[in-house]
Amino acid sequence: MPNFGFSIHSPTHIDLDKNYRTIFNYVKVKEPSIQKCIFCGSCSATCTASNYSAMSLRKVNLLLHRGMVQEVRSLTEQCLLCGKCYLVCPRNVNTRRIILLIHEALKMPLS
Amino acid sequence: MPRIAVIGGGVAGMEVAFRLSQLSFEVDIIEKSFILGGHVHKWQKLFPDFTPAHQIVDQLKNQLRDKVNILFGNEVIKAEQENTKHILYLSDGTTQVYDAIVITTGFKLFNANRKEEYGYSVYPNVITSSELEEYFQNDKPIITKENRIVERIAFIHCVGSRDEKVGNRHCSKVCCITAVKQAIEVAQRNPDAEIYLFYMDLRMFDRKFEDLYLQAQTEYGIKFVRGRLSEVSEKADSRLFLKLEDTLLGKPLRLTVDLVVLMVGMETAENSIQLANALGIPVGQDNFMLPVNCHSQKNITGNRGIFVAGCASGPKSIGETLADARSAALEVYSYLNCN
Ligand code: SF4
Ligand code: SF4
Ligand code: SF4
Repeated sequence: MPNFGFSIHSPTHIDLDKNYRTIFNYVKVKEPSIQKCIFCGSCSATCTASNYSAMSLRKVNLLLHRGMVQEVRSLTEQCLLCGKCYLVCPRNVNTRRIILLIHEALKMPLS
Repeated sequence: MPRIAVIGGGVAGMEVAFRLSQLSFEVDIIEKSFILGGHVHKWQKLFPDFTPAHQIVDQLKNQLRDKVNILFGNEVIKAEQENTKHILYLSDGTTQVYDAIVITTGFKLFNANRKEEYGYSVYPNVITSSELEEYFQNDKPIITKENRIVERIAFIHCVGSRDEKVGNRHCSKVCCITAVKQAIEVAQRNPDAEIYLFYMDLRMFDRKFEDLYLQAQTEYGIKFVRGRLSEVSEKADSRLFLKLEDTLLGKPLRLTVDLVVLMVGMETAENSIQLANALGIPVGQDNFMLPVNCHSQKNITGNRGIFVAGCASGPKSIGETLADARSAALEVYSYLNCN
């Protein structure tokens, strides 16, 4: 087929009618503090991995809250589990545990 | 004995009148309707601790009993001043002479029809925060106009506030915490419902407000999304389709809900600009009455013997309104004793 130079973009908007919050719910049951996040970004600002990657725990939390799993995988792969984010979080969100639980959930067959 | 007129029989007017009567002044409340309590009268429970609103109104009414004259169904038509005396011409045809006036005319709720893109009074399942309050008269689950149990609900912050297009640049101050309170009350009635709050900033300014916000997140799983609603449309099944941006993710967001609640803001009360003109008191760009300054003279207007309390000088919570009313009563006392 000749290439006419057109391509189809997948929609970029957040569709809360289609997104399933499976991973969020999995994490929430084991680590309810994920619900306390106020998306302040302290964690991302101090993050070791953010120096060389797009890792932002604020964004990961937000994506989970909105049920957008695709981007979560690539972001959390960058995490070094150093725990600096936990030290600065004003809401005492157990950030490190959340990342471990996300890894766990991503390995499960459903996701 | 000096005579004082309190214009407006909401909670501010009731408190000011009671305190002035305690100080042995003769007080008239001039109230345009036939009930006392104003907006609070229509509310069920109050933030942040779910105190029943009627408790506050009943307590204020009991305090007033027999101590204050209430001129129901009355408005000020014209005002004149002769030395220290204020002459008010009332709508019942009488003329009254007072030594001091306290303006407690309060506020009116923003008319949601003016935000056409939100579909109020076009789509039956778009309601205002004040209308939602009527559902809380009992503990039954919240239902749509078609009697379906609400499974998804959206609260829209800043409707008619922080919006220069509708002429209101100001923040109405209490609607953020009211939305959190009402969201919790919905969650208690519809435990399986998904509840979203769409805000620009969450203004949890007072004691216990931040606690209520945390409780909404952790105990009730209420979801907070930063973004201002752009428009509402109705689907064939009468559910509502919302478009906005999740400004923290920087992506457009779409969702379908059963009920939309518009957190309508506060505007200066009906006729209060005319009243301010008649009494020679300036109003601000936001149309609320302007005291001499907002720190140490917030109850004193530029016109001798005329004072202001409560939401007539800008949005306030009930606690703030009552404190403001007591402070106004003391200002009146100082004024009359120094003359
Ligand atoms: S520091 Fe804590 S509250 Fe702030 S965004 Fe990170 S996890 Fe959320
Ligand atoms: S634990 Fe991961 S997310 Fe947290 S600061 Fe370290 S690298 Fe960043
Ligand atoms: S209190 Fe909140 S909802 Fe109300 S106008 Fe201010 S920011 Fe908007």
